[in-house]
Amino acid sequence: MNIPEELHYTREHEWILVEDDTGTVGVTDHAQKELGDVVFVELPQRGEEIGAGEPFGSIESVKAVSEIYSPVSGQILETNSALQETPDKINSDPYGDGWIVRLRLIDRSEIKGLLSAQDYEHYLKEELAK
Amino acid sequence: MSRTTTVFNINEELIFEKSASGKMAYSLPPLDVEDDTIEALLEPSLVRGEIEGFPEVSELDLIRHYVRLSTWNYHIDLGMYPLGSCTMKYNPKLNEKVARLGDLSGVHPLQEETLSQGNLELMFQLQVFLQELTGMDAVSLQPAAGAQGELTGLLMIRAYHVHQGKPRKYVLIADSAHGTNPASATLAGYDVISIPSNPGGTIDTSLLAERMSEDVACLMLTNPNTLGIFEVEIEKVAEIVHGRGGFIYMDGANFNALMGYARPGDMGIDVLHLNLHKTFSTPHGGGGPGSGPVACRQILAPYLPVPRVVRTGAGYSLEESPGSSIGRVHGFYGNFGMFVRALCYILSCGRTGLREISETAVLNSNYIRARLKNHYALAYHSPSLHEVVFSDKKQASNQIRTLDIAKRLIEHGFHPPTIYFPLIVRGALMIEPTESEGKAELDSFIDAMIAIAREARESPELLINAPITTKRTRVDETRAARQPILRWSPPAEAPPDEST
Repeated sequence: MNIPEELHYTREHEWILVEDDTGTVGVTDHAQKELGDVVFVELPQRGEEIGAGEPFGSIESVKAVSEIYSPVSGQILETNSALQETPDKINSDPYGDGWIVRLRLIDRSEIKGLLSAQDYEHYLKEELAK
Repeated sequence: MSRTTTVFNINEELIFEKSASGKMAYSLPPLDVEDDTIEALLEPSLVRGEIEGFPEVSELDLIRHYVRLSTWNYHIDLGMYPLGSCTMKYNPKLNEKVARLGDLSGVHPLQEETLSQGNLELMFQLQVFLQELTGMDAVSLQPAAGAQGELTGLLMIRAYHVHQGKPRKYVLIADSAHGTNPASATLAGYDVISIPSNPGGTIDTSLLAERMSEDVACLMLTNPNTLGIFEVEIEKVAEIVHGRGGFIYMDGANFNALMGYARPGDMGIDVLHLNLHKTFSTPHGGGGPGSGPVACRQILAPYLPVPRVVRTGAGYSLEESPGSSIGRVHGFYGNFGMFVRALCYILSCGRTGLREISETAVLNSNYIRARLKNHYALAYHSPSLHEVVFSDKKQASNQIRTLDIAKRLIEHGFHPPTIYFPLIVRGALMIEPTESEGKAELDSFIDAMIAIAREARESPELLINAPITTKRTRVDETRAARQPILRWSPPAEAPPDEST
């Protein structure tokens, strides 16, 4: 399972890369495998403010439509518009070209409430054993 | 290619591809009145021009084309159709016969009330039966399907709170809900808050109590829920929601598990829809059309769609008032032909028959559960009613997923069950046999499922490549979604063949 060390994770299988007060958000390798082939990504508007744990878009795969939840509170700075034409980037490169939004963090302390790579790996093992 | 293969095995061409200039599927006798062009009879703006590429075929071409396509169809009259949550039960032919009676089908919806008393009485009787079965005070037959019933119920709740001067902001929805529930809530202008299920597969009442507030308009639940599990704490759930001035909306999609045994009105439900095309045996799929009557308690009755059929001293009439109604949700009075079929079903089954339907649906589902539970992993161990949810957990170690099991089932001659729903079960296989199937058919289905579980261990390639014996082999669902071709276009003109 590919779980990069430098990222923070949610129990809903999103990751966030924090650089100063900017966060880049996507879904994890596990999430893309579970979803199957992604066929459409619904993105938020730039400038929109999203609360921690609130949905800001959705991913449609051949199996289902799933909401994407924001790991932290923030304002949308940028969305990955390449996903409109090539949603499969979420499958092929979930931690790279498959990023979904960049947002400005409102409260950096929220990061502490997220899972570390080790925590997330542990959580996945528990979930898969269920 | 031999003639037999072209006729029976190969892909049927599109009607457009069969077209040849000058062919006709009709032949009319000569006119015995003066001929007139359509342009002379109608305003030019109403006359459509030629349709480019409109197919020209003979009568026999036309008949064969559609008859061949019809033989590709899988339907309940051909075999078992165990789609969980979709309730594909048999549509008795008696319903069809009655719905076609000229005295019922020939009435125009704008005909005077005094001249359509029979149709109005039929609607009134159906309303009364649905009220009695659900334990509710009032019914509107208008909504055309379950999801429209949901929207209707939620708009009624919104109208009530607006009328009280305190419109509310949120709707709580169990995470096992049908996808239409959050969609309807959003369309009705609410924000959705999800309530996770507990390990037993029912609503977590402590989380519900935490999330319930005076900003919450209602809780939407399905009972039994989409796992087929009865919400055993329903009375406590009702107490929590009503305690803060909220309503409970019940998605009545699974009412066929309760009919004649338990009444939503006795459980604290305030408003629900029924799917006549599920529980009451009217056609489902292929356009139906559906019918999703809404039943409610007296407190919400002033908000029901109008017109409603009422009984007066002089017979039956359509009541347009009251002014508090949310208005119409359907042209005329709803899908009337479905009311005829549903009432026919209710009357021909009778009180004991309707109870037996619930019993048999639950028994059939539990028979499947008992015979398959050692072969497929049960998603939840709580007792289930009319449907049962398995997962692909036992097969996953052989790299076999739910989709492969479903595709292989086609080759064993059955329509696959619902897959990957409910969303809270990984790799869900959701089976609902309904009361329609007898033991022999259930056994063949179960035997096929057991054979597939064995194949998954011994020859997984049979599943991974399935289906290969069908007209269409496994389709590329991803490409179909990413690069859909939605319109046929004629092939480019072939270059002249120089050999001739």
